[in-house]
Amino acid sequence: MADTIKLSRRNFIIGTGAAGLTIGILASCSNNSEDGTEADQAANAEPNPEVNAWVHIAPDDTVTIRIARSEMGQGTLTGLAQLVADELDCDWDKVTTEYPTPGENLARDRVWRDFSTGGSRGIRGSVEYVREGGAVARAMLIQAAANQWEVPVSECSVEKGVITHGPSGNTLRYGEVAEAASALTPPTGVQVKDPSEWKIIGQPVKRLDTADKVTGAQKYGADLQMDGMLNAAIKQAPKRGGTLASFDADAVMSMPGVRKVVQVDDTAVAVVADRWWQAKTALDALPVEWTDGEGADYSSAAFETELENALTADDASVANMSGEVDAAFANAAQTVEATYRVPHQNHACMEPMNATAIWTEDKCEVWCPTQNGEAALGAASEAAGLPIEQCDVYKLLLGGGFGRRGMSDYVSQVVKIAKEMPGTPIKLLWTREEDMQHGFYHPTTRARCEGALDADGNLTAIKIRIAGQSILAGLMPQALQNGMDPFAFQGLLPSGLDERVEDQTLKYTFPALKFDHAMRNPPVRPGFWRGVNANQNAVYLECFMDELAHAAGKDPLEFRLAYMGDAPELAAVLRAAAEGSGWGNDDGKSRGLCAFYSFGAYTAACAEVTVDDAGQLKIHRIVAATDPGYAVNPQQVDAQVAGSFVYGLSAALFEEITFENGEVQERNFDTYNSMRLRDMPEVETIVMPSGGFWGGVGEPTIAVAAPAVLNAIYAATGKRIRNLPIKDQSLRDA
Amino acid sequence: MAELKVNGQTVSVDAEENTPLLWVLREHLGLTGAKYGCGIAQCGTCTIHIDGQPVRSCTYPVGALSGEEEITTIEGLSEDGSHPVQQAWVELDIPQCGYCQPGMIMAVAGLLNNTPDPTDEDIDAQVTNICRCGTLARVRKGIHLAKTKKA
Repeated sequence: MADTIKLSRRNFIIGTGAAGLTIGILASCSNNSEDGTEADQAANAEPNPEVNAWVHIAPDDTVTIRIARSEMGQGTLTGLAQLVADELDCDWDKVTTEYPTPGENLARDRVWRDFSTGGSRGIRGSVEYVREGGAVARAMLIQAAANQWEVPVSECSVEKGVITHGPSGNTLRYGEVAEAASALTPPTGVQVKDPSEWKIIGQPVKRLDTADKVTGAQKYGADLQMDGMLNAAIKQAPKRGGTLASFDADAVMSMPGVRKVVQVDDTAVAVVADRWWQAKTALDALPVEWTDGEGADYSSAAFETELENALTADDASVANMSGEVDAAFANAAQTVEATYRVPHQNHACMEPMNATAIWTEDKCEVWCPTQNGEAALGAASEAAGLPIEQCDVYKLLLGGGFGRRGMSDYVSQVVKIAKEMPGTPIKLLWTREEDMQHGFYHPTTRARCEGALDADGNLTAIKIRIAGQSILAGLMPQALQNGMDPFAFQGLLPSGLDERVEDQTLKYTFPALKFDHAMRNPPVRPGFWRGVNANQNAVYLECFMDELAHAAGKDPLEFRLAYMGDAPELAAVLRAAAEGSGWGNDDGKSRGLCAFYSFGAYTAACAEVTVDDAGQLKIHRIVAATDPGYAVNPQQVDAQVAGSFVYGLSAALFEEITFENGEVQERNFDTYNSMRLRDMPEVETIVMPSGGFWGGVGEPTIAVAAPAVLNAIYAATGKRIRNLPIKDQSLRDA
Repeated sequence: MAELKVNGQTVSVDAEENTPLLWVLREHLGLTGAKYGCGIAQCGTCTIHIDGQPVRSCTYPVGALSGEEEITTIEGLSEDGSHPVQQAWVELDIPQCGYCQPGMIMAVAGLLNNTPDPTDEDIDAQVTNICRCGTLARVRKGIHLAKTKKA
């Protein structure tokens, strides 16, 4: 009967019914001692079971679509609902959504498959099975109607959730047959629609989660309130590798609201108080001593020297090599060389890290914003010291993710604190300062780029040596291949190396090339930062292509197109961006181009800038083209593409995390700035899905943001900026 | 015990005087629309109105209020989400993660209180909130749309 278990009442309606959220949380709090068997029996007893795992239809025709991936702003919640609803042929106006819990997924043999939300895979990674889920539910509903009428299914059709028997003209609504449908055996071999039959997929429908976001009614993890809840503020060892030596709890126990001072683990201490502001105030006053560990003397300046040396070191892994590279350089009419650098960056999600937990001897429940519900469940189980079956995680909408919330450090922490106060709901909220100092940072890297040109200005060979940290080495070393991190070569890989990175391959065809990586890992935990390694690799490749074009005396557009003969999709987006911007126009603005392939999507941008005599940069407009294969919701693709220039250009303009003596120097948005409206260019997006493949959307455009602007700055000034961020550098030579 | 006027109602709160207004609103009054983002008046996600003027509540000590001021939070901007800025935000589907949007909307509503027909330069000078998802391009369009709408 596993397939017909009704989801527990703790599921949160995350579409338009925010009231359900609060009620659901309160209900589960007051019931946190109930045992699972009773809950299941109660769920089974409900008169209106699901049609299948993906679809529940109420008697009033409300269609609830289950969404396994996390919504963090990227619109996947709405896009996935569109995929299911289209196959279901239901009325889109009656669709709402619901998160199953990771615990329910495990209990049902992972019927909803992967909960992890990253790598721009939310849509493209689930597109087959969620559409099949909708199609199977549709078939069951029609079968139920046909059974009731005692007619063949072939005589029935459906439109917007109303089934019609052709010969008689009889109709039944989905809500009238949903219960009967749920009792049927799901058919196998159901075909999904051909793209030409789509009615909801491909439409620019409004997001399902907007209404509560404009009234303040939307509850995020940081907003949770529960009866009897206490609040925790945390301080983690400020130096890399540091540990907690001692703290003087007595010094703060008499401060307003303070209930307890908790050693969270070897590296962190927390104050628990009635209110979070009281907890934070007491934590600021708490005397704490730390013990230095490995990393206590880590500084960015020293590491930069190590990276500089690595640009010419012998120990490097070659990921992509072809042609006669040495001969090309030996016979070159002209060679070009340049060194680039991209720093550490922090995700800095607007909602600081947080989670809420209740721990008892036989149960642990966690409410949190997470990009990876199942990893959060695993972390909760481990920290709780309880079997995974006795734990669950209730996902909330994320106040930003960008890769940071794929990690579960804050989940482990809140469970450890809650374990010290059994039965009491504990909400842990990090300060912004903790968030800045304890991120999983974008790796800092450098690259030495070399190119060989013949007498006609044709590129005969290109070499890129990347030096820097490997994310895989830091987070999942088992994924390395003979010591090489293939993901470090995002966008530069040869086709056929590894199917897991086939969506991150180089789309230029060069006569000869060599791309290698000298891995240098500092004592800093790395992270997947929206766009990940495509971001700096696009700077290295596409700014250097611009340098080569100028050295060859060729137009940067034509120079690039000459090597895109095997990638018409990439050439098409580049042409679209250039033409959309008026490439070649003499209108007082300087233009820069970039085209890149990553996360299975083709992206390009043309930036229009001016730099005044004082060196002040103004980015006027970006024209961006993207081909993700299919665009499930074109207006949300537009939102992601335009938004990518906020995230990508904030980084290019301002963002850098630096270390001195093991400590992060940037503590808040005053020293780690992010773009404001005054910095934001107009963005014109060209969404041009060519069909036949499913590419990502949330990340790929980040990569083209910085190179397009850097190339435009060169066009304006004749000066190359090869070091990010731009912020304090003179854009004109004095 | 301090008396405050919040969203048209007089309320009493028992908070230490140096408690930022943000935390009084969130933790004493349960008004969680205004968010914590930085605590140093940089990001603007905590923006509320005091007598119609946008204020970053995360650094505004509750003890600095006399009790006479009219405090408005996103929950009190309109009864039913019909403020012109809210209408424009829905029409253009502006929010992404949405965490910064209550502050963004209050900053924009404050701008329109002071400057009913703002130019892009007015917008640049007066709306300085951070949005990490990247709604800024639509936010600018939303401001220009909102100024054409009636409550």
